[in-house]
Amino acid sequence: MSDIAYKVIIGLEIHIQLATESKMFCSCPNHFGDPPNSNVCPVCMGSPGVLPVMNKKAYEYAVRTALALNCQIAKFTKWDRKSYYYPDLPKNYQISQYDLPLSYDGLLEISVNGEHKQIRIRRVHLEEDAGKLLHEGNVGFSQVDLNRTGAPLMEIVTEPDLSSAEEARVFGAELRALVRTLGVSEANMQEGHMRLEPNINLAIQKDGKEYRTPITEVKNLGSLRALERAISYEINRQIADWQQTGITLETGTKSTRGWDDNQGVTVLQREKEEAHDYRYFPDPDLVPVVVEQLWVDEIKKNLPELPMIRRVRFRKDFGFNEKDAATLVEDRETADLFENALTLGTPVKTLCNHFIGFWSMHANQRNITIAQLGISAQRIAMLAKMVGEGKINPTAAAVIAEKMLVCTDDPQVIAEREKLIQVSDVSALETIIDEVLAANPKAMEDARTPGKKQQKSVGFLLGQVMQKSRGQANPQVVSEILGRKIGN
Amino acid sequence: MDRFLKCRECLQTKKMKNVIEDILKMTATELVKDIKTGKLTARQVVEFYLRQIERCDREMGAFISILDDHARTDADKIDSRIAAGENPGPLSGLPIAIKDNMCTDFAPTTCASKILIDYRPPYNAHVVEQLQKAGAIVIGKTNLDEFAMGSSTENSGIKITRNPWAPDRVPGGSSGGSGVAVAARMAPVSLGSDTGGSIRLPAAFCGICGLKPTYGRVSRYGLVAYGSSLDQIGPFGCDARDIALVLNTIAGYDHRDSTSVPLEHAADFTAAMEKPIAGLKIGIVKEYHAQGGIDPEITQAIEQAIKVFEQSGAKIIDVDLPHTDYAVACYYLVATAEASSNLARYDGVHYGYRTPNPTDYIDVYSSSRAEGFGDEVKRRIMLGTYVLSAGYYDAYYLKALKVRTLIKQDFDKVFEKVDVICAPVAPTPAFKIGEKVNDPLTMYLSDIFTISANLAGIPALAIPCGFTNNNLPIGLQLLGKHFDEETLLRTAWDYQKKTDFHRQIPEMVK
Amino acid sequence: MTDAITEQEVRHVAKLSRLKLTDEQVRQFTRQMSDILAYVKKLNELDTANVKPTAHAAPLRNVFREDKAAAGMGVEKVLQNAPDRDGPFFKVPRVLAD
Repeated sequence: MSDIAYKVIIGLEIHIQLATESKMFCSCPNHFGDPPNSNVCPVCMGSPGVLPVMNKKAYEYAVRTALALNCQIAKFTKWDRKSYYYPDLPKNYQISQYDLPLSYDGLLEISVNGEHKQIRIRRVHLEEDAGKLLHEGNVGFSQVDLNRTGAPLMEIVTEPDLSSAEEARVFGAELRALVRTLGVSEANMQEGHMRLEPNINLAIQKDGKEYRTPITEVKNLGSLRALERAISYEINRQIADWQQTGITLETGTKSTRGWDDNQGVTVLQREKEEAHDYRYFPDPDLVPVVVEQLWVDEIKKNLPELPMIRRVRFRKDFGFNEKDAATLVEDRETADLFENALTLGTPVKTLCNHFIGFWSMHANQRNITIAQLGISAQRIAMLAKMVGEGKINPTAAAVIAEKMLVCTDDPQVIAEREKLIQVSDVSALETIIDEVLAANPKAMEDARTPGKKQQKSVGFLLGQVMQKSRGQANPQVVSEILGRKIGN
Repeated sequence: MDRFLKCRECLQTKKMKNVIEDILKMTATELVKDIKTGKLTARQVVEFYLRQIERCDREMGAFISILDDHARTDADKIDSRIAAGENPGPLSGLPIAIKDNMCTDFAPTTCASKILIDYRPPYNAHVVEQLQKAGAIVIGKTNLDEFAMGSSTENSGIKITRNPWAPDRVPGGSSGGSGVAVAARMAPVSLGSDTGGSIRLPAAFCGICGLKPTYGRVSRYGLVAYGSSLDQIGPFGCDARDIALVLNTIAGYDHRDSTSVPLEHAADFTAAMEKPIAGLKIGIVKEYHAQGGIDPEITQAIEQAIKVFEQSGAKIIDVDLPHTDYAVACYYLVATAEASSNLARYDGVHYGYRTPNPTDYIDVYSSSRAEGFGDEVKRRIMLGTYVLSAGYYDAYYLKALKVRTLIKQDFDKVFEKVDVICAPVAPTPAFKIGEKVNDPLTMYLSDIFTISANLAGIPALAIPCGFTNNNLPIGLQLLGKHFDEETLLRTAWDYQKKTDFHRQIPEMVK
Repeated sequence: MTDAITEQEVRHVAKLSRLKLTDEQVRQFTRQMSDILAYVKKLNELDTANVKPTAHAAPLRNVFREDKAAAGMGVEKVLQNAPDRDGPFFKVPRVLAD
């Protein structure tokens, strides 16, 4: 395989569930995880005679996202019906947007290995989600749950500008950070808030000619890892397939594949019958939307700082490396928490260390964001300040942080209770140091004598002092006194 | 059994006999007045109409559900409220029959289709809510062409409905049951829906009044959709005042229907009726009369009516609607395209009929729909699917939407010159049962004069204007500007004050 | 006169419409739809090159509702007309998951 030169061409379709209170066309709660068929009304179950009414917030969320993606906002847009029969789609048509999406022609910049690349956005539009079919454990039948039916779904389609599995993953992460920052979606991938569908093919160079492989679309990928793996798999599969059959874009057909996460392979999907003929036409039950510039300006005015810009600022101003900046900024609330704590007069360096250190560790362990740990900016700031002021040492800070998660006490109170306050008082420390020196004459001697053992002995004596003080001694002060006493 | 005894008992006294004869001739407006003033009880009125249904409907077949218990309970409630000095609303105690494509949570809503035969809606249509709030009593649900697709009510999946003026003839459609209910005095007023003439054609064939309001005037929430951009709910009644009375209640903005038009002032249609029509400009459409195939008796009756308008001081002006000849073609593309999508939901999965032994889930769809829908519905779904399908959209559907624009523009131009257009409702009077049933295209052409109003979204009122030599009613149609139902009703009422066609009752009903 | 639509097309449309038709119905619909399609072809007499389509009868724009949630109607009401159910779910013959 390695002797072939090829380029990878990837376009992404991403479906993102919007974090509105109610569904797109009815007032049922837009909420995940409730009992089956509990968030259902005549409108979303498609009872005879019902009519849809558009959720304004869903529209504004989509416009907000489109603006953040530098898209053009359509002045006139409408709703279309997309027809196909499926048991999770009670009307057997989906309300969507066909030829006049609410926005088009955008850009999102990503950074892969330090290189910046602009990915063109073809369109952003709104549509309603379908319900859920459950098959597991049932022999011969499927169950239908309509709770998700009619949830507002934003579809983002890129141009085929992505050229590797990694780029696709980075794009997905960037987009996820963006929608979270915008507050339009929780983008919780486990709950299916964000579903990715790459279209992949290759341009293979051989003997001075270029061959394009047939496009495959991998459906419904639920994580960025799956996206990256599925694309990598597809690249290899398409090369092998082309070598074996010689089938190209011109001679083959586009196919749809599913991703088997356990096996790590894509599987050809049986085409839905006549899936290609959706018979789009304007929904007569919904009137068009005409977007006034004033409305767009209003939404634009309220856009928060976008992740790309914030990340650069976090690196420049706070000294985070690229990866840490990305992790922090991915979630707007966490980044806000950081900045809020900072304004309380906290030392930047210590706060950074805490965020990329124990705070992110605790969040990761719980599979939530740092903000979701629920610790206030005040308490976070206090802890960092205590380190900065030498009241506690970094090790103690980690211990206190852990306690802060399970009680509401201030870090100061915890430190006192746990006896983690540093002793910086010279006379108190001198007493301990004198005792240690008296008990370890050999080590004191080695520490005085330049040579191989000197460094090690100093460290040993320091450790003894720390142990004797039960970790409360300020190591810096101990070092100073010890140095003076040894006479170095 | 018990019910009929009670019914007889209630109507048996000699005094009541007179009341009965009175009720038969009374309009809804008069009934409400008498109920409110205590001259009649709602219960007496309901019993009268239930008896009338009992007497006539076996032959007529106007009703799919007769809601006798429901109506009696509601009537008693109204009566006790009146006894307590309350005003139960502008339609206090008025029985009303409702076409069985409007949702009621207290009675099945079948659309006269096997696919919804036992379907019980989980909610009430907006119009039903409004009627009940106004004190009206839903007395039954009426027959229709399945899913309102037809012009004769012969396409009902349940039964045919007969014309009370000539039982071997159709009542028109698709709201044939609601038309017959009023014509045979089985209800004083009723509701129908009109997508291409489905209120006006039965009104004309049955010798009563029927209004298709402006698109957006009456909320469609709870009306089972056929052609969503064309459908409107409207009333049937004996005269223009009764139409206005019911329209007052059902018209108005509803936030649940995105196509419901918010208007600054709530109209009072009954109040606007008495104004004279002197100086009113009435347009006569050249193209309608150039059309071959209009029954000469109808032409003559329309000409007579125009003379009446002239005597009232109206000015008659010739106008052009040059795209008239394309309306039927345009309509059958738009309506069927929308219908093919609107009726996709009847699939045997979430509600309605499911084939008993499906081979797989696809077969749940294909067989349930094949067994549940009648031929005309299938035909329209097929036609609509075809014109929206890949490769045909532009040639058929999009073309039709553009022609629709031309038809709308025709009316816009004409209404710069006139206030009202006067036209026949149909080229022929009621035709024989079975006459056109095997020839869909000929059947479609029955709607040639009614369809344009739906395409343009304008209001149109059918009123009786004469009888043929063999005593079949003839209908006149008044078409108006958007949201100008008032002028239509005023024109009709002026005419009805000078004529008595609207007071004729079929012999068999008396 | 050649039919405006073929039997094969009618079968395809029936499949798209999820309608199982008998051979007799296919023949009948082919004939009837051909008649209707031949009739509607008269629209081609009109030049509509510069005409905008009308999809709605009322010229309304921007009809929205506020994003306020209200409880669903309850699972029993949701399922009250279901042809078949499995506990709180609608039940259908197995839908192929692959």
